Amino acid sequence: MHELSITQNIVALVSERAEGHRVTRVTVEIGKLNAIVPDAIQFCFGPCTKGTALEGAQLEIHEIAGRGRCRECGRELKLTQPYGQCACGSFHIECISGDQMRIKEMEVA
Amino acid sequence: MCTSCGCSEHAHPTVTVFQDGRPVRIENHDPHTHSHAHAHHAHSHEHESGTTIPLEADILAKNDLLAQRNRGWFEGRNILALNLVSSPGSGKTTVLEKTILQLAGDIPIHVIGGDQATTNDAERIQATGCRVAQINTGAGCHLDAHMLAHGLDELQPPPDSVVLIENVGNLVCPALFDLGEFCKVAILSVTEGEDKPVKYPHMFRAAQVMLLNKIDLLPHVDFNVERCINLARQVNPDITVFQISATRGDGMEAWYQWLKDHLPTHPPGLTTEAT
Repeated sequence: MHELSITQNIVALVSERAEGHRVTRVTVEIGKLNAIVPDAIQFCFGPCTKGTALEGAQLEIHEIAGRGRCRECGRELKLTQPYGQCACGSFHIECISGDQMRIKEMEVA
Repeated sequence: MCTSCGCSEHAHPTVTVFQDGRPVRIENHDPHTHSHAHAHHAHSHEHESGTTIPLEADILAKNDLLAQRNRGWFEGRNILALNLVSSPGSGKTTVLEKTILQLAGDIPIHVIGGDQATTNDAERIQATGCRVAQINTGAGCHLDAHMLAHGLDELQPPPDSVVLIENVGNLVCPALFDLGEFCKVAILSVTEGEDKPVKYPHMFRAAQVMLLNKIDLLPHVDFNVERCINLARQVNPDITVFQISATRGDGMEAWYQWLKDHLPTHPPGLTTEAT
C-alpha cells in the first residue's frame, strides 16, 4: 500500500520540476531489493496524475537488479533479497545496488 | 498536494493531543516543503516539444529532507526518539506502558502513536500519566516525517526527554519511511512465526534493536528462539536483541538500561542542569 505514497511523491516531484509544462513521459528506477511492486506503482499512476501536469503521461519503470559487497572480504555478490551470505560465510553484506528509488527523467511536451 | 503523507480527499490524517482532546487535521500542505533542493534543477533546459529533462531525484527526497529536519529538532533539544515498529498485536502498547511506568520518574517520556483509526492506544498510554498525541493516518499504512513533524508541533516535548513513536502496526511500509528517529526498534512476539525476520527483511534490516516479546508464552507455543535470533542476524548481523515479557517483566531491565545508555549527552558547555 505504500506504493500509493510513492506514486504521489513521484507525481508531486515531477509536477514541481515541470513548472507548468505538460509532461508526456516519466522514467523511474526501482531497485528489486525494495519492497515495492512496480505493477502497483503503474496502477496508482493514472489516478494520481489526474488533474496534474502528468495527466496522460506514460510511466516507464526500470527495475534494477540487486548487488551487494561483503564487508569482511570485499567480494561482490548478486542479491535477490536485501540480505545474503558471502562465499566467505559472512552475512555482513552492504547493498551497493538494487535499493534505489529514483526519478531518472521526464519528457515535456 | 502533500508530497509526504498519504493525504487524499477521503482520508485526512489527524493528530489528537490527549491533554485537550483536540483532533487537528494534518493539512495536505506543508510550507516547509517548498524549499526544495535545487541540485539537478532543470531551469536551463528548454521546454520544447518532446524535450527530455534529466531529474535524478530520489523519490522519497522530501520525506528524507523532513526526516533530517526532525532529526535536527531532536538533537537540538537533546531528545532520544525511537520508532517502534511491529506487526499488529505484538505488544507494542504494553511495552510502551511498562517502559513509561518504569522510567517516568527519571526521564520525561512523550508518545506519538500512529494507527489508521481510533484513539484506543493513546487512551491506554495516557492512563500512565504520559503526554501523548495520536496520529490517525486514515488510509495510510505508515507514519511519515511530515506527520511526525505535525505530531511534535502539537505535543511539544521538552528538552532532555524521550519521544517514543508507536508506528502503525505493519512490518512492510514503515521500513521505507525515515521519521528522523535515532533508530527503529522492531518488536516481534513469540506468538508470531519465528521466520518473520526473513519474511520481512526490510524491517529487521532497518531496525537497530529487536525486542522479542511474550517470552512468558514460550512453554505454550512452537517457537524456536535461537532460530529466530539467527535469522534476524542473517538479515542484520548488528541487531541488538532483548528477550522480554512486557506483561510479566522478564528481561525488561536490560531494555530499560539500553534506553538509558542511549540518552543523548549534553555537548560541553550546553548543559541545562545547575552545576
